[in-house]
Amino acid sequence: MDPAREPATMTATPSVHAPGAGAGISLNGISLTFRGARTTRVLDTIDLEVRRREVVALIGPNGCGKSTLLRVLAGLIKADGGAVAIDGQPVTGPDPRVGLVFQEPRLLGWRSAESNVRFPMELAGWSRERQEARASDLLGLVGLREYARARPGTLSGGTRQRVSIARALALEPSLLLLDEPFSALDALTRERFNLELLRLWERTGTTIVLVTHSIPEAVFIADRVVVLSPRPARVVADIAVGMPRPRRLVDLDSALVSSLAADVRAHLADTTDDAIAMEEARRAIPAGLTPKDRPARKHAETEPGTPAWFDPFRPEDES
Amino acid sequence: MTAAVSGSTTARRRAQRRSVLAALWPMVASLVVFVIVWQLVVFVSGFPPYILPGPLSVGQRFVRAWLDGTMWPNVSATLVEVLLGFALGASVALVAGIALARSRLAERLLSPYLVAAQATPVLALAPLIALWFGTDLPSKLVICTLIVFFPVAVATMVGIRSVDPRLLEMARSFRASSWQTITRVEVPAALPAILGGMRVGVTLSVIGAIVGEWAGADRGLGVLINVARGSLFDIPLMFAALLQLAIIGVVLYLVMLLIERRLVGER
Repeated sequence: MDPAREPATMTATPSVHAPGAGAGISLNGISLTFRGARTTRVLDTIDLEVRRREVVALIGPNGCGKSTLLRVLAGLIKADGGAVAIDGQPVTGPDPRVGLVFQEPRLLGWRSAESNVRFPMELAGWSRERQEARASDLLGLVGLREYARARPGTLSGGTRQRVSIARALALEPSLLLLDEPFSALDALTRERFNLELLRLWERTGTTIVLVTHSIPEAVFIADRVVVLSPRPARVVADIAVGMPRPRRLVDLDSALVSSLAADVRAHLADTTDDAIAMEEARRAIPAGLTPKDRPARKHAETEPGTPAWFDPFRPEDES
Repeated sequence: MTAAVSGSTTARRRAQRRSVLAALWPMVASLVVFVIVWQLVVFVSGFPPYILPGPLSVGQRFVRAWLDGTMWPNVSATLVEVLLGFALGASVALVAGIALARSRLAERLLSPYLVAAQATPVLALAPLIALWFGTDLPSKLVICTLIVFFPVAVATMVGIRSVDPRLLEMARSFRASSWQTITRVEVPAALPAILGGMRVGVTLSVIGAIVGEWAGADRGLGVLINVARGSLFDIPLMFAALLQLAIIGVVLYLVMLLIERRLVGER
């Protein structure tokens, strides 16, 4: 995890997916009601289209059903109504085209990192040689070759989550789903993981759907930020992030990110019952951002195609 | 890198050996104290040797019993009963524990019998079992299985029930079959609990074997104890047999502990 090693981990790896392997997704009128002691309507006719290779962030208030929606997409939960399709093929159960990364690494503590990455391949009945070759590629991809034999218990939280990402990529999924994958990490590590996820996305060519609580994270990673309402979840906004790629950590401080974040926050505030939060967000929008940021915001508003902060001569390693 | 790793493992092994020695000496010390107190009780109380023989005469009788061939046939008979009975009981209990953990129906159907079987003293069942299964090995295996079953089955059930459901969801997301989930997630995750149950079970298996021998047998440490007290009236020999039994119990317990350390310790 030391920053000096990172470039090497990113260049030394072979391409692990066929280019353009990403899948398109369509959710049509997805509804779900949990029936138990109390009947709870969780998802309310959600429509969502995700194009191949697109990165979409789902954001919404606590307990709104974001994670549930992700599980419907992964085929782990069956919706009451509506249809889920990946590349036009309906999802009927846990789907081999999907790789899932959970909030916690969920590693098997009695297996080494390498063995955890091989776990899905074992279940799929791959030959031992194929498993080992693939696991070695994947550990290289996430920069963990030296940790192949380490037990999860000896690894840091961030390193464990890398293993879990490598595991999710094991069966070459065309769709990578991440459920608040970095929420347990400290702020600095989290930023670096955002960047690494983007590099991973560039290398693997998967479509990505990410559930997050963090507005900057959503804006930084995604092509589109989809804002969900509180229970039952509906799509209340679908915000395009017109920020060029490859993105760098300094982009997090850019005016475009700030204004997009303000936009997302405003939509989120609309959905909340919390009067104070709503009022504060409302007041923030017409008045613009903090005085320091206001000129920057103006830049962002001028011309979406060529944002003022975009500098093609900026050195690659600035972040 | 590899040299550093292997160097650190040898260092760790050395440290482990030192810690084993450090853990061992209080046991040795307590054993010495026990023998001294035993000898003192014999001195002070003045009990005749046919009530309480001293440690020295028991020790001498123990060595003689091994040298004249009295001990080994009985030890081997009891050991076979204990180990086979334990293996049988633990295997059946493992399967039953998994079934109980995974199916509420299985639990509702089986648990009354399980508890009833546990509540009935094996000692009371032993004559019946001897009647049905004879006085050879099978009756002992049945008794050992009965007595080993409960702790191992309950430990397995509790262990598997408490496996993190998030791990199960993870396995499901990779399309694990039921069998794959049991063998690759649930049993390994529950292994510490299962081995804990087995550690209790293996000492109970010793009890089962002795009870079985008392209900009818021609060889075994249980038989030797009875014969030494009865027709031979060789009380030091009876104590020597008891000592041997205790040694078997402790060794089996330690072996289970070692297996447990080996399988679980690295987590």
